[in-house]
Amino acid sequence: MNFSSLLNTLPGSVAQGLVWGLLAIGVYITYKVLDYSDMTVDGSMATGGAVAVMLMLNDTNPYLALLAAVGAGMLSGLVTGLFHTVCGIPAILSGILTQLGLYSVNMRILGKSNQAISVDKYDLVVSLRYIPEAIIVGALFCIFLIAILYWFFGTEVGHSIRATGNNPNMARAQGINTNWNKVLGLVLSNGLVGLAGGLYAQYQGSADVNMGRGAIVIGLAAIIMGEVIFGKIFRNFALKLFSVVIGSILYFAIIALVLQLGLSTTDLKLFSALIVALFLSMPHLKAKLFSRLKWGGHRHA
Amino acid sequence: MLELKNIRKTFNAGTVNEKVALNGVTLTLQDGEFVTIIGGNGTGKSTTLNAVAGVFPIDSGSILIDGIDVTRLPEYKRAKYLGRVFQDPMTGTAGNMNIEENLALASRRGKSRSLRWAVTPKEREFFRSKLASLGLGLEQRMTTKVGLLSGGQRQALTLIMATLEKPKLLLLDEHTAALDPKTAAKVLEISDQIIAENHLTAMMVTHNMRDAIMHGNRLLMFYEGRIILDIAGEEKKKLKVEDLLHEFEKLSGEQFSNDRALLG
Repeated sequence: MNFSSLLNTLPGSVAQGLVWGLLAIGVYITYKVLDYSDMTVDGSMATGGAVAVMLMLNDTNPYLALLAAVGAGMLSGLVTGLFHTVCGIPAILSGILTQLGLYSVNMRILGKSNQAISVDKYDLVVSLRYIPEAIIVGALFCIFLIAILYWFFGTEVGHSIRATGNNPNMARAQGINTNWNKVLGLVLSNGLVGLAGGLYAQYQGSADVNMGRGAIVIGLAAIIMGEVIFGKIFRNFALKLFSVVIGSILYFAIIALVLQLGLSTTDLKLFSALIVALFLSMPHLKAKLFSRLKWGGHRHA
Repeated sequence: MLELKNIRKTFNAGTVNEKVALNGVTLTLQDGEFVTIIGGNGTGKSTTLNAVAGVFPIDSGSILIDGIDVTRLPEYKRAKYLGRVFQDPMTGTAGNMNIEENLALASRRGKSRSLRWAVTPKEREFFRSKLASLGLGLEQRMTTKVGLLSGGQRQALTLIMATLEKPKLLLLDEHTAALDPKTAAKVLEISDQIIAENHLTAMMVTHNMRDAIMHGNRLLMFYEGRIILDIAGEEKKKLKVEDLLHEFEKLSGEQFSNDRALLG
């Protein structure tokens, strides 16, 4: 392993981690706050990228293009939300259906499976050509959105979304429309995912119909890593979102490391899946181990 | 205050698990009545409370709260009129949220929720005084996550939450059944106190015949999805557990076999 070349990849990992941190924050809203495993993400990330790139290729202002990416993501979340609440389709399946449908939609938007956008010809918000700038812009986006979300989840509406995820029976008994709140949370979450898609497409210089594949797993990995490191010390909601972003940066640093160690890029999805599976199973395995210890180490729990 | 007109509900209709839960429940509650409800397992006590709360749609009949027909209203809209405490202490509160956040949620019951800040300093003081009245020291732990409280503390908090905004009807669904006897007695005492102070109309389901006799000013007994006994006023005050058992055997023509009820 070449240490200096690893160090050279670090700024890139930070920039990538910040952009994907926005997606991870979106996943945090559904997975942690709403207690909803939303599979829409894999599709809505690509939709955000596709919308942003196609608009910019048609000479739209890059920030306006990002705004449209947010809107497209929100629309995807709305569809999943309506599948679940109005049609009564189970949460995970609702997301999978939207995600699948979005593949066709994304192909329609892009016209082909990949559309490049050159940083030489277009005024991009972030690009891997200018990594220091990308880090600054990515960090500003994260700070701005964490501030907004901190405010939002402190309001009456924000509290009612938290209650919906925590205890829907209690929420309804307190007059909260839990279905409405689930849709609202999904819209908000996928808006962030769309934004991340729009930014990431600019960062890598192209929108690809497959760019969102496995995005949900990366989001979960970021959340879990952030939690493992900061879970004990960060109680404040804004700090929790911050730890998600740090988790995301860490994830991409680890990915850079394993690439250096000789893993091929196509192995990464397996690697990510195993990491997330490992961390997700930890609480369960810990509890099992603990109960076995309590039984004196002889009997099975 | 509450009017139930011939409510019927069958669960899993048309399957082998078909269960007639409510078989024509008719009941009128006057303002300020505190009715206790007893009966064996599966006789429709809790189902009646859940039907009033709108947890599921009923098959036929109608439900009026203070003259308003709520039969077709979804659960969250009926919440405006109702305060509810459940058997499971986990059900009534949001465990991941702290005490003052739970109270703030409850104080918005029946009101529209906006983008205003969820807990204001003025409210915090109001919550503190409400909690102090419980005498459990919860007013010192306003930012403690509710998940860290004991079952009894959670039920006491749920009672405060249910009555923070005065409900037209308070529904207590075996709210002491999951507690140890001492805590149960304390929570019952708090319930009596809150109902009396706020002049609430209330329904309390219980498995304990003695509690049903000692509390409230009207008593209902359920059997096979119907009300088979309705005692109020002076007659209720003189009631004894043996009388109830006797009445039950006479009306239902069966030995009363519920152990938990006998223990009362």
